[in-house]
Formats: sequence, structure tokens, C-alpha cells
Amino acid sequence: MLIYSLKRLALAVLIVSAAMFLLFTMIYLIPGDPASVALGPRATDAMREALLIKMGLDQPVWIQFWNFFTNAWQGNLGNEILSNRPVADVVMEQLPWTLALIAGGMVWSIALGIPLGCWTAVKRGGLADRAIGVLSIAVIAVPSFVVAIYALLIFAVSLRWLPAIGAGDPGNLGDQLLHLVLPSLAVGLGWVGYIARMVRASMLEVLEAPHIRTARAFGLTDRQITYRYALSIAILPTVTLLGVGIGQMLSSAVFAEIVFARPGVGKLVYDAILTRNYPLVSGAVLVTTALFIAINLIADLVVGYLDPRVRSRL
Amino acid sequence: MYEAASKLLNSLRRVIAEPLGAVGLILVIGMIAAAIFADLLAVHDPTSISPRDRFMEPSVAHLLGTDQLGRDLFSRVLHGGQIALTVALISIAVSLIIGVVLGLIAGYGPSWLDNSMILLFDAIKSYPTVMLALALVTLFGPSLTAVMIVVVLVNVPGYARIIRTQTLALKSSQFVASAQSIGASTARVLRVHILPNSIGPLLILASMDIPVVIAIEAGMSFLGLGVRPPTPSWGSILNDGFTAIRDTPWIAIAGGVPIILTTLGFTFLGETLRDIFDPRLKTQA
Repeated sequence: MLIYSLKRLALAVLIVSAAMFLLFTMIYLIPGDPASVALGPRATDAMREALLIKMGLDQPVWIQFWNFFTNAWQGNLGNEILSNRPVADVVMEQLPWTLALIAGGMVWSIALGIPLGCWTAVKRGGLADRAIGVLSIAVIAVPSFVVAIYALLIFAVSLRWLPAIGAGDPGNLGDQLLHLVLPSLAVGLGWVGYIARMVRASMLEVLEAPHIRTARAFGLTDRQITYRYALSIAILPTVTLLGVGIGQMLSSAVFAEIVFARPGVGKLVYDAILTRNYPLVSGAVLVTTALFIAINLIADLVVGYLDPRVRSRL
Repeated sequence: MYEAASKLLNSLRRVIAEPLGAVGLILVIGMIAAAIFADLLAVHDPTSISPRDRFMEPSVAHLLGTDQLGRDLFSRVLHGGQIALTVALISIAVSLIIGVVLGLIAGYGPSWLDNSMILLFDAIKSYPTVMLALALVTLFGPSLTAVMIVVVLVNVPGYARIIRTQTLALKSSQFVASAQSIGASTARVLRVHILPNSIGPLLILASMDIPVVIAIEAGMSFLGLGVRPPTPSWGSILNDGFTAIRDTPWIAIAGGVPIILTTLGFTFLGETLRDIFDPRLKTQA
């Protein structure tokens, strides 16, 4: 397990480094330097030059990359252009909001997806199974920003059941949770479908296993067999999937934050684009990417811990 | 010729036999027909502004109503379909070409090249898609080309990996060894023996990416980072509707429902095709 963990960690570090290299290369190769992008079309040459020197862009490319690389690993992502604050600080301030949104999306997808998956596996072939199967594909297919806008239109504007915009009263946890319901639904709905399908598929396999037959022979109820004995094994493939899921939820969160006017990294990046605050954009991309890689690392380590066969595959 | 036609007809019959496939096929054909005949079906110019007619509810004259500039939404939705389909087809075709070439190189080439390419693919895959799109669009400036570049960048690693895996498996097979031993060039081995045997699953997966690409284009246009105004896109219509969602919900409905129907249609059709032609892919996807 230790060797597996170390190898997996080394791989994650390598991928983060490659992602940094790639981001740097893209910024470097794309016509138009970040200083011109930041200053806009009306900037004079002198202004551009001053900013280039300030951002260290007048140095040779390998030195630029080395500075970017070493600084980034130390948590220094440069300063943003408008207020000159460290990018890392600004991103870290907004990150908890996005994480709360993703956690909400996970709650929706797990709370609905796992029971639906179990239920359709037990009732396989029936009308409910087929209907939920189609519905699962449907919620996976529909883009999250459309879900966000229609959830807003139906539940906040028409029915007025839930608040439409903002993150809620800062001191009031209940109000904040209420404001989280719709955005996290928009983020998590697609994954209700994924998890329901995953759980159903692996549940069908597990229900055929000898120990389940034994449990049945001992006269345990269907409910006990499904939720206590079968689910604990059938859940494994889903854990691996959750790592990928969180990455996709990070993408959906960008839209949910903009539609519901919530604070968060997505809203931060969007606003940064509108104000041409380029260091902030690339910094936020790097932080979310590192987060995504870290989550996948954790998911793989958990699966490696639960299922020793996985460890030899790396 | 006759054989190919009957083969096609046969697979069409199998698709229609599945309720999901039939619904998907109808939606997809409807969407493509609407996009092709947009100019005939749309009686109004999708970009002509008429301030007197703004925010009109759906009626016989304006089937889906009008937006904040008095533009006919029905015409805009039809022309938006053209944009969505064009972006999807071009960017997936380009991703397929690049993906196949890189996959063949990685699978057939030396292992150090293979390893570094895999690392590069993993690095691209590790960016959250929308974050990467936002970063690139900022640099390129908002345009459909920028959106297509994002799509290509996001899709190529997956396609290349599939071809690479297949190539690695076929590389050591008997028929490739015999082709090599009678002096076939590397290019010929790749073109005649490896590519035709590995491209099938890739094409099915690529067809399943069409709805994803349509969603990316609509999403970027929704954020104002895709098509430039006044060109209609479903995403930009949805954004117009979102701005006025409290008073004129029909704009948001006109922009969102086509996105839902199209993504559902392509997904239903893709799922059915995959189950018919290559059930093994189910576990990989």
C-alpha cells in the first residue's frame, strides 16, 4: 500500500507539473502577450513595456517558465492586476464557496443516485427500471447551465419556493443552506444519473454473488441483503467515479455561480475575464486543476485501500 | 453498393426497433432538417432589429415571440441550430484527425514517446473543461474559432488514447507481423492493417460527443464568450432570456428547449448505436 501510495503521489505531482507546463506554453504561444490583454487596445507602448517588466515577461522564456514553475509550487501565483493582491489569496477566499456548492451537488447525487440505482437493480426489467434508465440518460445529457436556468425559472421565479440569487445572509446558516438548494441541484443533477447507472450495473453483478445467495438462503429480507450486504461491495466502482465527478462539478459550478449570482471561483474567473485580469484567470485555473488532480489522487488511494487488486495495476 | 445500402438499412431497422433509438433518430433528423432548411422555414431575418416589436409573446406572427431587440426568436432558434451543428461537426472532425494521428504515433512509436504523450494527455484531461475554455477564450478573444479550439483540445486526448490502446494490441498480432515480414512500410501497416481495425469504437464514441460539443458551444455563447452578436446561438438566446427571466420567460424557453431536445436526441441515438454495434464500450465510457 505504501509503495502504491508513493507511486500514485509521484504520478500526481508529475501531472500537475505537466499541466503547469502546458498552461505556460499556451499562454506563451498564443498571439498577444498577457500585458496587452490586460491593458486593452488603448495602451501605449511605454505602458505595455512597464507592465511586461513588472510581470517578468521581458526575460528569456526558460527563465520565465522556471520562475512560474518554482513560484507556483511554493503557492505564489503572482499578483492580480487590479488591486495588486496575491492571486493565491484571492482564489483561496473564493474556494470555500465553490467547495460548498460541489458538496451540495454531491449530496444531491448520492442521496438520489444510490437509492435509485439499488431500487432499479432489484426491480430490473420492470417499467420503473426502464423509466428511470431513460431519465438517467436524460439528466446526464442536458447541460448543467440549462438545468440551472430552468430550476431558477421554475422554483424561484414562478413558484417562489426558494430564493433566486445570492449566497444568503452571512450569519444565518439556514438561509445559506436554502440558497444552496437550487444551485447544487443544477451542479449535481447530471451525477444523479451517472451514479444511478453505475450502482445499478455493479449491483446486478453483486446480487449474483455466492455470499448474497447464502444470505438469501439464511432468510434475510431483501432490504437487508440489498443495503447491508450488496451495496457495500457494489459501491466501489462509484468511488473511483466520484473523483471524475468532482472535476465535472467544478465546471458546472462556474455556470451555477454565474446564474445564481453566488460568490465562488467560477464567478471570480468570469469577472476576471471581463476585466482582463489575466494572472487571476490562469491562477484560478491552476488552483482548480491542482484540486481536481488531488481529488482523483485521494479517490484512487481510497479504492487502492479498499481493493488491493488495484494496487498492482499502477 | 447494393450491399452497403442494405447493411445501412438493416442497422437503421435495429435502431428504430429500440424505442429510445427511434425517439433519438426523430429528434436528430428533425434538428438537422431544421438547420438545413432554416432559411426556408424562417420567415423573419434572424438579425433584423425592430424596436417596436420587442418582448412580444409567442403568436402566429412570431411563433416563439420576440427578444429585447424585437428579433423573431423562431428564426433565431433555427439559425442557432446551424451554428450548433456546424461547430459540432467541424470540431469533432478535426479532433478525430488529430486524435487518430497522435494515437497511431503513440501506439506504434518508441515507448519514451508513448509515455510522454500519455503524460501530456493526462495533463490536458486534468483541467476542468470550463476552466480551460475560459482561460483560452480570454487569450484568443471570444469567437467560435476559440470555442472550436477548446473542443479539439479537450477531445483529442480521449480519441488518441483509444487508438493508442488498439494499436498497441494490434502491433503484436500475427497479421501485422506477416505484413511487416513481406516488407510492408510502416505507413502501409498503419493505414491498411491497424487503422481500419481500430477506428470503429472511436467513431461511436465521437458520435456520442456531439451533444457534449453542442453544450460547450451553447455554454460559451451563454457566457458571451462564443458567437459574436448579432449572430444567433442557442446559448446567446438563453442569455438574452436569462437577463429578462422575470418578465419574459419565453425567451429563455426558446433558447433552452432546443438545447435540451438536441442533446437528448443525439445522446439517445448514440446510446442505442453503441449498444447495437459495440456493447463492450459500455463499461469503458
